[in-house]
Amino acid sequence: MPLPVENVDTDQIIPARFLKATSREGFGDNLFRDWRFDKEGNKIDSFVLNDPRYSGSILIAGKNFGSGSSREHAAWAIHDYGFRVVVSSFFADIHKNNELNNFVLPVVVSDEFLKELFDTVFASPGSQICVNLPDQTITNLSTGHMEHFDINPYKKHCLLNGLDDISYLLSRKDDTEDYERKAKHY
Amino acid sequence: MPKTLFDKIWDAHAVNVIEGGPTQLYIDRHYCHEVTSPQAFDGLRRRGLRVFRPGRTVCSPDHNIPTKNQDKPIADSVSRNQVETLNRNAAEFGLDIFGIGHERNGIIHVIGPENGLTLPGYTIVCGDSHTSTHGAFGAVAFGIGTSEVEMVLASQCILQPKPKSMRITVDGHLRPGVTAKDVALYIISRMTTSGATGYFVEYAGEVVHDMSMEERMTLCNLSIEMGARGGMVAPDETTFAYLNGRDFAPKDDKWDEAVAYWRTLPTDDDAVFDAEVRFDAADIEPRVTFGTNPGMGIGISEVVPRNPGENDAERAGYTRALRYMGFEEGEKITGTRVDYVFVGSCTNGRFEDFRLFAEMVKGRKKAPGVIVWLVPGSRRVLGQIRSAGLDRIFAEAGFELREPGCSACLAMNDDKVAPGRLCVSTSNRNFEGRQGPGSRTILAGVPVAAAAALTGYITDPRTL
Repeated sequence: MPLPVENVDTDQIIPARFLKATSREGFGDNLFRDWRFDKEGNKIDSFVLNDPRYSGSILIAGKNFGSGSSREHAAWAIHDYGFRVVVSSFFADIHKNNELNNFVLPVVVSDEFLKELFDTVFASPGSQICVNLPDQTITNLSTGHMEHFDINPYKKHCLLNGLDDISYLLSRKDDTEDYERKAKHY
Repeated sequence: MPKTLFDKIWDAHAVNVIEGGPTQLYIDRHYCHEVTSPQAFDGLRRRGLRVFRPGRTVCSPDHNIPTKNQDKPIADSVSRNQVETLNRNAAEFGLDIFGIGHERNGIIHVIGPENGLTLPGYTIVCGDSHTSTHGAFGAVAFGIGTSEVEMVLASQCILQPKPKSMRITVDGHLRPGVTAKDVALYIISRMTTSGATGYFVEYAGEVVHDMSMEERMTLCNLSIEMGARGGMVAPDETTFAYLNGRDFAPKDDKWDEAVAYWRTLPTDDDAVFDAEVRFDAADIEPRVTFGTNPGMGIGISEVVPRNPGENDAERAGYTRALRYMGFEEGEKITGTRVDYVFVGSCTNGRFEDFRLFAEMVKGRKKAPGVIVWLVPGSRRVLGQIRSAGLDRIFAEAGFELREPGCSACLAMNDDKVAPGRLCVSTSNRNFEGRQGPGSRTILAGVPVAAAAALTGYITDPRTL
């Protein structure tokens, strides 16, 4: 799904009025809400998510994706809608972390590779992209071009094993209590 | 080995460093509001956990609450539900909460510091990107997502890779009429909204040293808008004077011990930062944004710049922003008709901000046709405004003073800007629709907001 817009901030990914929910479900309905639907609730045909030619679980976005508010709801919306990978040449920090914590893989590629992905997908909407997490590679199957992407080894381990930061931290409670005994407190 | 302020605090809180992974960081203070916490508490319940260190979390509802009639139930049912959920969660898990109407209630980043809950050398987190505000005290303070809120509640730790360090030095002395908000907006326009991504920033230089604590909070508050993980100012005598005697600050022997420790925190002389940037106060005038992110800003005497885009995507983004805001390249920003003015938010909702506003409007009248919201950042600030008689000045000038809350910063409560309307706002974000669908936001400091409130147009406050 090609979204060739730069600096997509989290207010666009999930507008503030949808942050009032008290559970994690259903955020996919409001992903890019004000770009997908007009004030009356009608679909805006020109927006790519409403274009039936484009689909898939990989979102390709312009640089500086996820800037602005720390709302993790943005990552929930992306996951709930059905995306499992977001490809861009630059991610805002907090949002990138939020994606990693919610089983959405942020893949950072070069500007050139990103441009070629957009060109490929717009030329041929059915184009395939392969993201291989164990090898840390992303391949544009139409052109055959491949790039290596970075990912924190700990996060990679967690994603591949369906693991959770909290279980890890809970397992280190003794260390935490040790720290509390030794640290300066005021 | 010489260390930066950031290094000293980070290293002192590292419980474990995971091989090839993040640091397990102990969190001294966790601030909690109603928007980003419900799912975190649900997570605890699902896992059958208690809050590990209840005494280190402080809750305050702020985003959803109305700024009028706070003694009545919240009218909007979804907002009411979210606030009541926080109340229930705080009660169930044994957490301190300063609810609506409580004397300590207010915007979370305003109440923490004024109550002495934010201290130098602390690690501080909150599910809110403007947590960087607390960095003004020489704390490592940053925003986190809801999953991380759950981590802190469950274990009083989070997992975080150590960011790089950047020092931003502002030399010289501020010109008359230029505020800390203008310094922050200037820095962001030079750095861009992603220029500090991956970095934790320390602000230094004469200009920063000369700032009051409230001004330092305004400066640090906006760090996230250039992509920084956080922003901080080294603690000094100004910091200690502010904290001395605050309700929850250390007292007596503990105070002396604490100050002695805090004095060891400032960056060592030969410490090395990963990046250094310098700015000169002489280049800074009152600022305004003209676009749809905080980096798209100019000095108030300047004109809307020509499209600086270096490729199709950048050019398209710029064009889109100008079209949304209704500006043209080369247009003067002064003289633009204003529909709303908002003074408040975690950026500029403190006593000194309202004192400055009062100085400017005293003896004058609000322009007809402008809706003005004056929203104190906390009940304590509201009290200070009244004690100083500023409320009389506001009333005589035709301004309405509200009750505390996040208000018009983001359209989550009743204070929304109508579609197509323009608001001069002392808040921190001007994204499309931030203050209400179709609303247009111009970020500015208090003097520019006051000038707009008095004239009904974007006006250089120095000409009044």
